[in-house]
Amino acid sequence: MNWLVNALTSTIGRKVLMALSGLFLILFLVVHLVGNLQLLKSDGGIAFNTYAKFMGHNPLIQTVSILNFVFILTHIFVSLFLTLRNSKARPHGYAYVNNSSTWSSRNMGILGTIILVFLVVHLVNFWGKMKLTDFGIGSYVEHDTTQDYLDLYTTTKAAFQDWWLVLLYVVSMIALAFHLSHGFQSAFRTIGVNHPKYTPFLKGLGLAFSIIVPAGFAIIPVYMFLQG
Amino acid sequence: MKLNLKIWRQSDASASGKLVDYKVDINPEMSFLEMLDVLNEELARKGEDPVAFDHDCREGICGACSLYINGRPHGPMQTTTCQLHMRHFKDGETIIIEPWRAAAFPLLKDLVVDRSAFDRINHAGGFVSVNTGSAPDANEILIPKTESDEAFNSAACIGCGACVAACKNASAMLFVSAKISHLALLPQGQPERERRAENMVAQMDAEGFGACTNTGACSIECPKGISMSNIALMNRDFIFASLTSKPELKVSEGA
Repeated sequence: MNWLVNALTSTIGRKVLMALSGLFLILFLVVHLVGNLQLLKSDGGIAFNTYAKFMGHNPLIQTVSILNFVFILTHIFVSLFLTLRNSKARPHGYAYVNNSSTWSSRNMGILGTIILVFLVVHLVNFWGKMKLTDFGIGSYVEHDTTQDYLDLYTTTKAAFQDWWLVLLYVVSMIALAFHLSHGFQSAFRTIGVNHPKYTPFLKGLGLAFSIIVPAGFAIIPVYMFLQG
Repeated sequence: MKLNLKIWRQSDASASGKLVDYKVDINPEMSFLEMLDVLNEELARKGEDPVAFDHDCREGICGACSLYINGRPHGPMQTTTCQLHMRHFKDGETIIIEPWRAAAFPLLKDLVVDRSAFDRINHAGGFVSVNTGSAPDANEILIPKTESDEAFNSAACIGCGACVAACKNASAMLFVSAKISHLALLPQGQPERERRAENMVAQMDAEGFGACTNTGACSIECPKGISMSNIALMNRDFIFASLTSKPELKVSEGA
């Protein structure tokens, strides 16, 4: 197994770990968005609560969600290793730099940190409250006995009455958009996918994805806030 | 034309350096290096230490010249410093001239850095082994035109190090990938393809270059326009080599 350790700790191996974990998280975003859009249905939260109950109890989804946390941690820790190595590679900087690359490609770490802060707030607010209630430690989320599910819809609606939380969500989604605008196409190049026939399509898809998905997420808190 | 120069002066590797102001009055048709020659003649006449900078062919093909001009390797045009002409600057402009900055390129004096890390990476695998004897027939091995053109584009890398200088991570991946791709695309490069990718990447890492963030600055600043697609090919080769290369077998001597 020595060969595997050597490969994964090389600069390219670490980048491949970043790319693969990133691509998995991109898939996760799609699934998460499709579920969250149920919040926009004006059915008093039935669709969303049913979806949340399914996600919280399906064994396959539960296994994937553990993988999801593993990939988030991989993405964070490998990026720390890489950032440390990269800063060591240029101990003496330039007096003047005239950049020719995109801003987001140079600031993936800053964008990622904003997303991480958001993630912690987001998890504490919803995932944490749901799990604690689920395990019978306090009741942060109301239990709807008529439908036999936790009423996460009401919890979410209540949370998005705070303007600062809505603002945090919107700002974080903008950071996510810029992070994805570079990360999506960069991940494919890192794992070696590059061909004149497919690369232009992947670049276009990445750009569309980085606009549509974060916009979809950002609409939800804004809509629920305005709905009152 | 009159120019204000801010040039990094450092007497040796261990000394601390700083940007020093100079003024020159030159002909706009001169190349950037000729402009520095004028400055150095003046400094020599005054008994001062001339500015040390690397140069050799002055034809844009050797890769020796290496100046970080106004925040960009080889300055504002997509060419080598020797082929950059002063007409691309404005009269009275201030030009900041710095050396390549990378831990793997230790500074020797003023604007001269030691780029032998690139040689060591090439020694690790940037070659094909061929039999000695009579020269093989030309075109004995057929190579598709698209492949040979792609290999030629990769082979255009002159190893100047502008990619490392431009990269925010001081990564050498554009250089290494150009060397790997150039041989990986040709039939002659196949027998050593896996070993080449593994050994050159290992040497690149050992030299202390950073990792690639795909910002693309390397390719934009490359005087030879080496494409980022080389990096994808290198990664592909490295991933496949890591997964499939076999350890060297002990071969019995036989009867």
